[in-house]
Amino acid sequence: MTELPAPQAGGKKLGLVIDLDTCVGCHACAVNCKEWNTSGHSAPLPDFSAYQAEPSGVWFNRIHSFEVEDGGCGRTVHFPKNCLHCETPDCVTVCPTGASYKRAEDGIVLVDADLCIGCKLCSWACPYGAREFDDDAGVMKKCTLCIDKIYNQNLAEADRVPACVATCPASARHFGDLGDPHSAVSRLVAERGGYDLMPEMEYRPVSKYLPPRPGKTNGGGAGAPARLDHVQQGGENKFLRWVDRLLSR
Amino acid sequence: MHPALSIILFTTLSGMGYGLLFWLGLMVPLWWLPIGAYTGLAGLAVALLFVTAGLSCSSAHLGHPERAWRAFTQWRSSWLSREGVASLLTYVPALGYGYLWFTGGDDRLWSLAGYASAAGAVVTVVCTAMIYRSLKTVRRWHNGWVVPNYLALSGASGGTWIVAVMAIRNEISTPRTALAAAAVIAVAAALKVGYWRFIDQDRSGSTIASATGLGRLGQVRLLDPPHTEDNYLLKEMGFQIGRKHAQKLRRIALVAGFAAPIVLLIVTAVTTETAAAAAALAAALVMTVGVFVERWLFFAEAKHTVTLYYGASTA
Amino acid sequence: MHAIDTSPHVADEVKQTTCYMCACRCGINVHLKDGQIRYIEGNRDHPVNRGVLCAKGSAGIMQQYSPARLRKPLLRVGERGKAEFKEIEWPEALAIAAEWLGRIRATDPKKLALFTGRDQSQALTGWWAAQFGTPNFAAHGGFCSVNMAAAGLYTIGGSFWEFGEPDWERTQYFMLFGVAEDHDSNPIKIGLAKLKARGVKIVSVNPVRTGYSAIADEWIGIRPGTDGLFVMALIHELLHADRIDLDYLVKYTNAPWLVVRDPGGADDGLFARDDGGKPLAWDQRTGRAVDAARIDIAPALVGEFTLPGGRLAVPAFQLLAGRYMSPDYAPDAVAAACGVAADTIRRIAAELAHTAFERQIVLDQPWTDCHGRRHETMIGRPVAMHAMRGISAHSNGFHTCRAIHLLQMLLGAIDTPGSFRYEPPFPRPCPPAPRPAGRTVSPNRPLSGMPLGQPTGPEDLLVEADGTPLRIDKAYSWEAPLAAHGLMHMVIRNAWKGDPYKIDTLFMYMSNMAWNSAMNSAETIAMLTDKEADGSYKIPRIIYADAYFSETVAYADLVLPDTTYLERWDCISLLDRPISSAEGPADAIRQPVLKPDRDVRPFQDVLLDLGARLKLPGFIDAAGAPRYKDYPDYIVNHERRPGVGPLAGWRGADGDGQGSGARNPRQLEAYVANGCFWRYHLPADQLYFKHANKAYLETAKRFGFVDAVEPIILQLYSEPLQKFRLAAQGHGPVQPPADEALRRRVTTYFDPLPIWYMPLEEASVATDEYPLHAVTQRPMPMYHAWHSQNAWLRQIVSQNRLYIHRATAARLGLADDDWAWVISHHSRIKCQIRTMDGVNPQTVWTWNAIGKRAGAWNLAADAPEATRGFLLNHVISELLPPRSGAGARHSNSDPVTGQAAWYDLRVRIERAAPDEAAETAPRFPPLARPAGFAPPPATLRYNAAGPRKGRP
Ligand SMILES: Nc1nc2c(c(=O)[nH]1)N[C@H]1C(S)=C(S)[C@@H](COP(=O)(O)OP(=O)(O)OC[C@H]3O[C@@H](n4cnc5c(=O)[nH]c(N)nc54)[C@H](O)[C@@H]3O)O[C@H]1N2
Ligand SMILES: Nc1nc2c(c(=O)[nH]1)N[C@H]1C(S)=C(S)[C@@H](COP(=O)(O)OP(=O)(O)OC[C@H]3O[C@@H](n4cnc5c(=O)[nH]c(N)nc54)[C@H](O)[C@@H]3O)O[C@H]1N2
Ligand code: SF4
Ligand code: SF4
Ligand code: SF4
Ligand code: SF4
Ligand code: SF4
Ligand SMILES: [Mo]
Repeated sequence: MTELPAPQAGGKKLGLVIDLDTCVGCHACAVNCKEWNTSGHSAPLPDFSAYQAEPSGVWFNRIHSFEVEDGGCGRTVHFPKNCLHCETPDCVTVCPTGASYKRAEDGIVLVDADLCIGCKLCSWACPYGAREFDDDAGVMKKCTLCIDKIYNQNLAEADRVPACVATCPASARHFGDLGDPHSAVSRLVAERGGYDLMPEMEYRPVSKYLPPRPGKTNGGGAGAPARLDHVQQGGENKFLRWVDRLLSR
Repeated sequence: MHPALSIILFTTLSGMGYGLLFWLGLMVPLWWLPIGAYTGLAGLAVALLFVTAGLSCSSAHLGHPERAWRAFTQWRSSWLSREGVASLLTYVPALGYGYLWFTGGDDRLWSLAGYASAAGAVVTVVCTAMIYRSLKTVRRWHNGWVVPNYLALSGASGGTWIVAVMAIRNEISTPRTALAAAAVIAVAAALKVGYWRFIDQDRSGSTIASATGLGRLGQVRLLDPPHTEDNYLLKEMGFQIGRKHAQKLRRIALVAGFAAPIVLLIVTAVTTETAAAAAALAAALVMTVGVFVERWLFFAEAKHTVTLYYGASTA
Repeated sequence: MHAIDTSPHVADEVKQTTCYMCACRCGINVHLKDGQIRYIEGNRDHPVNRGVLCAKGSAGIMQQYSPARLRKPLLRVGERGKAEFKEIEWPEALAIAAEWLGRIRATDPKKLALFTGRDQSQALTGWWAAQFGTPNFAAHGGFCSVNMAAAGLYTIGGSFWEFGEPDWERTQYFMLFGVAEDHDSNPIKIGLAKLKARGVKIVSVNPVRTGYSAIADEWIGIRPGTDGLFVMALIHELLHADRIDLDYLVKYTNAPWLVVRDPGGADDGLFARDDGGKPLAWDQRTGRAVDAARIDIAPALVGEFTLPGGRLAVPAFQLLAGRYMSPDYAPDAVAAACGVAADTIRRIAAELAHTAFERQIVLDQPWTDCHGRRHETMIGRPVAMHAMRGISAHSNGFHTCRAIHLLQMLLGAIDTPGSFRYEPPFPRPCPPAPRPAGRTVSPNRPLSGMPLGQPTGPEDLLVEADGTPLRIDKAYSWEAPLAAHGLMHMVIRNAWKGDPYKIDTLFMYMSNMAWNSAMNSAETIAMLTDKEADGSYKIPRIIYADAYFSETVAYADLVLPDTTYLERWDCISLLDRPISSAEGPADAIRQPVLKPDRDVRPFQDVLLDLGARLKLPGFIDAAGAPRYKDYPDYIVNHERRPGVGPLAGWRGADGDGQGSGARNPRQLEAYVANGCFWRYHLPADQLYFKHANKAYLETAKRFGFVDAVEPIILQLYSEPLQKFRLAAQGHGPVQPPADEALRRRVTTYFDPLPIWYMPLEEASVATDEYPLHAVTQRPMPMYHAWHSQNAWLRQIVSQNRLYIHRATAARLGLADDDWAWVISHHSRIKCQIRTMDGVNPQTVWTWNAIGKRAGAWNLAADAPEATRGFLLNHVISELLPPRSGAGARHSNSDPVTGQAAWYDLRVRIERAAPDEAAETAPRFPPLARPAGFAPPPATLRYNAAGPRKGRP
């Protein structure tokens, strides 16, 4: 059913928090996502012209790079992007078949490949470009929040996190319940001023972004002076200051 | 947005078909459009032909046409689903209308069927328009101009076709109808120009700043896309058309879709026999081309917010 | 109502091994399903990556199923470079190789040149070369980062590279010089995240602001090649403000050692030594020159003293202070050259001093120094630094790297809590041992030692009496005396030219020398195919061991196909490039997790087999039979010294030995059971001050890292350099040839204290004609040549652009996507540009090794890698511009170490004509698909969990 589940107060809202202040743009999350998911719930994630001109493929996570004006010199911001598992996303409601749906129990937005007719309308309805059409199977695919990993009883507890989160070398990706104000991710969002992408769309993304921190060009944030005072003692003889230092080995 | 042939044909043809159905279904029973049964049936046939052709084009766009029936299930939330349901339902009164007309069955029933078909036609066209109008992601669709435009163009193109049919059948009320159709075309033209004015001036879309949330830090520009070759998102939603090219096509659409048909319909109105028939048929054909171009532009000029992540500064 | 299996069966079995999608060597868990790879994830218990995996490592599946994998030994049938081969059986291939090599060994072993790339069995390959008897061996270090290794080993007995690391847990200030990715790919990212979490300031000195520099708290967009000046200005500030750690200098460095002042004399600039050869210091209490190692003295750091016998001497520190306190190194004097504001330099200096001294760390951790003195605490200077190829890939990189180490020493920030830390087996005695072997080369005889080493004076050079180089790459010659890793980038040219002599066979392993690892790739290719008058090739024979159809394969006469990293045993050894961390030594292995589906063999097996066929001592037993069945057998049973083998873990008959001990037949099982790695956790009292820490040095001796438990004195002032300089000034038995320019060169660049000089290419071209610097960066998701064949990774970067500052582009009338010519003194390339703000305005850059030869790697000939990708290598010359006057052209390398000076490149940019757009230049004829290769599939539907169909 493509009607959105009625929002329950305090309901579980699983999502990611992505820290733009530490993301180095290494693409590990994107490739590890591909690796897990190509044999996962939405398998396969095909690749077209894999070894030819204009290679392309189905990816659930892509890393963009932006440059932001920063006092004359540009500040590079690496910007990973995958499904934000929005609370009120039209990508679900526009679906004519019921293939696109949002789970009531955890808010994960999924596509049921058996119902999908491949009309692509949901990808039109996603402002963020988080839906990927599998031209080979003729169905729409998307980030599953690794639903076949985060609940997987065959995996050790510690491994039950999304592939992209587990693999991020810079710990720039955090996974958790953003419906619980006390969860680690919710606190992170509160502390660091996590924000929504394109709030004006009113899709209310569950996943949040943490803004890059302002640079530290002032005493390493530790109150160092702006410059060192040169020792004047000795005048011409710069070595005088060290002459009668009795240093022991 | 990528102007996919299947979708353009779908909206163009079904639009014409439903327009035609609207004229026949509403005007004839009301006696505003007195025509012979066979002309009417011919018109109806043409209408259903267009509609069916249009719908089958749309299913050509699907990854799984064989599952198309599933699209009728989500009418509660999805305009696409509603469009499917409405189009399907409209066949019922339309076919009944034709049957009763053919068999000369009960007049009141026949009229009701006619009204129902006309209503169905309107509803279906509104649903079609709403598929686009409802997308917040495409500012150039998400506005009040879209539905009236679809309706007017449907009526105009349908009207032109009924005139063509009538002229060929040499119906006496052809001149009147031709002028009426011309009037509808004029209205449609006004709406289309209004739409273009609107999208040219509209600045209310999303920006790269809001898409990334980095606007707070300063001016944002794309440094590198995620992959060095285009992906599905860009092929589907990243289509771009040059301003000049667009202007040229707009002129073509204006001439072929509006000006020429109006002139030809007036010619139809003032001539008779073959001349009238030829003019009317010409009007219908050139109109079809015009609407096709207009529809192509409707997609080509539409900017999707996803492009903000691939270099666009506003969408 | 939507059926989802949230607990699907993931794998039939999980095998642990070590990743080799790059040289970082992370631990991985390979999930196997129906004999296919279902998922590769990081091993959470592994010391290197602690569970994370980078983009490359995550794409291992596509490497394993790459259509570019070599399938069978190949023998050339057509002309070189045409990739026309026939498939042959292994016995034939090995027989051919043995026949070729056997003849060489019986006549003149040095006519075999064995050069390997970023291979991780250099302990084996080097030993094989030594046993064969050729000095002509090296790995890729010479064009990689020998400047870091050499500068470190000669200065602090350890080095950056992956042989030391910042104290991620404790540092309060981190400076990163010229790093885009590093060998420690994952550890650096993990570390940066830790610093971010603790709010520690990260300063990145780099002309380009991407990757690590993008998240740095401060970016210093320095002009390439000027870091030395920048660092010396920092030192200038610290000295003038007297904000240096005198106590550290006196205790742990040679700052107080007396340097003889005897201008023109044979001993000028050498350390004053007692009769026992021990360096002297001036004891202020007794007013006498005494053994500098004594701890009961108060050594002077400044002053001029008269030695017994009348010679004058000054402490090394005074020479240092004298030099860097000069106005030449004042921030205002260097600001313009560096493109860094003087105020910024002053502020950074202040921040360094503030963090090092006001925010010093005191650990309540008693420890005992080498002199047996117990210290109740460990004092830390929480300033950490790391540097890599942005420093080393310049012709002034050796001195610049030494300058950075100087800065660290002055701050007392080496192997203290919060600073840079050694990773065992480092630190090692300084100046380093051993000397390179190969002075005498004779038929059927092994070398006296290993081919690579570290000279400490002219007498250690590998040159004829007349100064002619003994090695084909001229390493350890007067052109590159401290070439500790050889000069791989010069081998092909020298062999082609027959300079210093002709060779017979070039044997290469895992190095794409016909493309992205060559300077001047186009001419290099020509040299490989160039012929003598009699129609024979100038380089008579080329044997190449690769695992994939690289550009270089096309130029081999005999191709020995290797396995993939998931199909073989490997050994990441303490004798080679181990995976140690500052917390303790560690090594690792790879175990086969899949059986090859092709007729390929692990190269190490092949090398052992050849060694036995050639009857190399060490490779055969008394009866002349092969000593090692295969590589695993070698790993377990080979001993370099009694008790010291390739692996340090689980030694001894019962496997409880660590570091050294008897062989253990079940050693490999023990490794496999432990996730394929071994690590030793140093006790808390051994974690810092390793250069002077008694307990640590005892451990090091036990493990065979050092020969004696003696303090390792850090060398601010480098006496070996002065020895070379004296020789060039006409002193001593071994001197450079009479070539004045050469002698001047040695005199200039062998300064015992760090100097800055303009990079050699910059100094020899008209800079207004070539106004821009051009450098490359490692793309994080790609490893050199390896990954264009990888269906997933190539989608991320299958073509590259030349990045240029927006203002600079505007001045040149260039906009995004315009096509432009990049012109150096040597050649030109055509490419497409992209503008950005976060780059030094005088610098252009691009991603490394994206451009590919059409047809190579079994990619379609019109793949973007070939049509819109490009290499800077074509405009980088392996030779410096001709010298004014006579004299052969010098190689484009650091005059001290021979390090390839990739980033000295100077260029100008010109807009390409409209009709020149659309394709990069230069172009080469596409390579044919070799025998046995099938065209690659178009659509991949990889799904290890699903139906077999669509398997690549
Ligand atoms: N993903 C990936 N990882 C790799 C590799 C790979 O190919 N891909 N290669 C491996 C190998 S072989 C090596 S040697 C290491 C090298 O690791 P890095 O040292 O990170 O190698 P580069 O990418 O050459 O980085 C050089 C950096 O120095 C900057 N730079 C250039 N000139 C100067 C200068 O004069 N001063 C300063 N301060 N900076 C300068 C460049 O902008 C660039 O950011 O990486 C290893 N790791
Ligand atoms: N312009 C420019 N050029 C550069 C650099 C730069 O910064 N700028 N960096 C330089 C540096 S630091 C380095 S280290 C070199 C690196 O350049 P190379 O040493 O040439 O390394 P690659 O080309 O990445 O790999 C060499 C070969 O190893 C093969 N290979 C991969 N896996 C295996 C395996 O398992 N077995 C075998 N037998 N072969 C395998 C690959 O197929 C490839 O052909 O490039 C150098 N070139
Ligand atoms: S893995 Fe982490 S650091 Fe790398 S791109 Fe993804 S989020 Fe950024
Ligand atoms: S990000 Fe896009 S696909 Fe995901 S839930 Fe929101 S709208 Fe739907
Ligand atoms: S593509 Fe599939 S999931 Fe998306 S809207 Fe159409 S039917 Fe629904
Ligand atoms: S949550 Fe899973 S599916 Fe979604 S981006 Fe991360 S790895 Fe991919
Ligand atoms: S850094 Fe990446 S590629 Fe290199 S070893 Fe580690 S995981 Fe493998
Ligand atoms: Mo390297």
